[in-house]
Amino acid sequence: MMNEQRREFIKKTALGVLVGLGAASGLVPAFSLEKTVLPVWDEKPVPGKIRWGMLIDTRKCKEGCQQCAAACHHAHNVPDFRNKKDEIKWLWQNPYQKVFPTASQQFVSKEIQDRSYLALCNHCAESPCTKACPTEATFKRWDGIVAMDYHRCIGCRFCMAACPYGSRSFNWQDPRTAIHDPVTTYPTREQGVVEKCNFCSDRLVKGQQPACTEACPEQALTFGDLNDPRSDIRRLLEANETMQRKPELGTKPSVFYII
Amino acid sequence: MIEKALKGNRSYWIWIAYLIAVIANGLSAYDQQRWFGLTVTGMGRDISWGLYIAQFTFLVGVAASAVMVVLPYYLHHQKEFAKTVIIGEFMAVSATLMSMLFILADMGRPDRLLNIMLYPSPHSMVFWDLLVLSGYLLMNLVSSWAMLGAERKGVPPKAWVKPLIYLSIPWAFSVHTVTAFLYAGMPGRHLWLTAVLAPRFLASAFAAGTALLILVTLILKRTTGFDTGNEARTKLAVLATYAGLANFFFLGTEFFTAFYSNVPAHKESLQYLFFGLEGKCQFVPLMWFSLISGVASIIVLLVPALRKSTPWLVGACSALVLSIWIDKGVGLILGGFVPSPLQDIVQYTPTATEIFVTLGIWGIGILLLTLLLKVVVAVKMENEE
Repeated sequence: MMNEQRREFIKKTALGVLVGLGAASGLVPAFSLEKTVLPVWDEKPVPGKIRWGMLIDTRKCKEGCQQCAAACHHAHNVPDFRNKKDEIKWLWQNPYQKVFPTASQQFVSKEIQDRSYLALCNHCAESPCTKACPTEATFKRWDGIVAMDYHRCIGCRFCMAACPYGSRSFNWQDPRTAIHDPVTTYPTREQGVVEKCNFCSDRLVKGQQPACTEACPEQALTFGDLNDPRSDIRRLLEANETMQRKPELGTKPSVFYII
Repeated sequence: MIEKALKGNRSYWIWIAYLIAVIANGLSAYDQQRWFGLTVTGMGRDISWGLYIAQFTFLVGVAASAVMVVLPYYLHHQKEFAKTVIIGEFMAVSATLMSMLFILADMGRPDRLLNIMLYPSPHSMVFWDLLVLSGYLLMNLVSSWAMLGAERKGVPPKAWVKPLIYLSIPWAFSVHTVTAFLYAGMPGRHLWLTAVLAPRFLASAFAAGTALLILVTLILKRTTGFDTGNEARTKLAVLATYAGLANFFFLGTEFFTAFYSNVPAHKESLQYLFFGLEGKCQFVPLMWFSLISGVASIIVLLVPALRKSTPWLVGACSALVLSIWIDKGVGLILGGFVPSPLQDIVQYTPTATEIFVTLGIWGIGILLLTLLLKVVVAVKMENEE
């Protein structure tokens, strides 16, 4: 008799707990028993919460090494036309006075002048390109990335004129003829649209580091959240003197350099 | 009324046939461009705008300059412009159409043109430019066509026509101001990043557009016998002269600020255009030709006896148009890209395909202007009889 009652009580309690948990998991996502954990969807995008950024330690950059640019261009099916006029580039190397034309050029040490410096899209916090775009084909994402919608771009090239860093390329001709080793993980583009570095948003959703950061044998590139004071990139920014390209224009680049 | 454009003499039809040939050639060149991409032009990664955008800029100016006859005629009742005003308005219609076609020709994906309207972006100057340009085109076409129709029937124009014309006056200023804002708001393009760009655009537009209008009226007089009157032309010449003076004054202020301040970013483009940079001086002869012919034409036009003599007037007006075409087209657009954001000095030479497309668009504009002016002349001559 007692046993029977106890059994009934346990049964009902257990059922009640289950029902309660079920309701809670439905109402409160934190209690949910099953979760779809995808970095893009695991939380609602809050504009400005994350701001992806990159720090390039140019002291570590080895002369003649092109691994970052090669990895980037390979991962994103960037065509190689082998001529300057039609050239498309997302990440490339340049001398000091070209990357930092408004920094002091006087009495710069030979070592600094001889080094090469990476140029890429700065994913500016105040991006002039997204402002100039008449169709929102280039736009600012909630995580600070300046993204491109290749299917909306009308090819007016206003973003190219607006970009003070020369970071944008236009597909003057069909790019597919000049992709020598295509990958299937990133779409190819069409003739007549603009493209540029996407900060590897395609890899970030998979929880991976950007291709260039991963490929660098010297770990010269640090990628992280500029809004997180505990991130590696913020710690390095605080510990070192760094530079941005043309900071006087007020574009607030998200790419920083240690010279 | 349009049927009047279908009656003409032999030379009229030869001219029409010639224009159609130029247009057909342009279309075939454009077909090449659509197929192979904009790689068939001289543009590239560093100089990403060229002849097309230069023509666009110049022609928006020509379109805006119609206000130089519309304003004195409708607001100040300057009767001597009675016959000129419709020519100015129809010139504005053709010039606006051409400028819009040049934008289309420059686009990598013209099939997506409507995206500008489907995803309206008020933060983009292109959105506003498309709005003001299409508005201006309609406004001028509708109002001047209605005025001409009323004149033909000998009745006063409908009540809505005058307000539309009054609206077109500030609209003309807005058209060219917005065009200047396309360039003047870009950080890092220091030749364009100047508050004086919009005033200078208006000044150069009023000089070149008005000079072009004088030439068009002289061509009409020669080919059809329809004369808008020397008095109107002399008055227009005075307007063009002072607008031209304002333009060169503004250019002078650009030079002062750039070279006196000695800030490299401010002076590099001007230095490249007029003196050459790092030994590269592609446009130096052209820019000096523009400057000298512009100043010389203004000096000629300042002398009353010379501006009243047709040969001098033709010479001075042609030189002024050419000067501003070089300055605003070649100089302003290409100079803005040199040096590039990475300090490269890149050459630009338009290709044959690009030139044929350009000529084709000019052909379309001139054909439209010819047809419209044919109707004007037919109506006006009939009424005079």
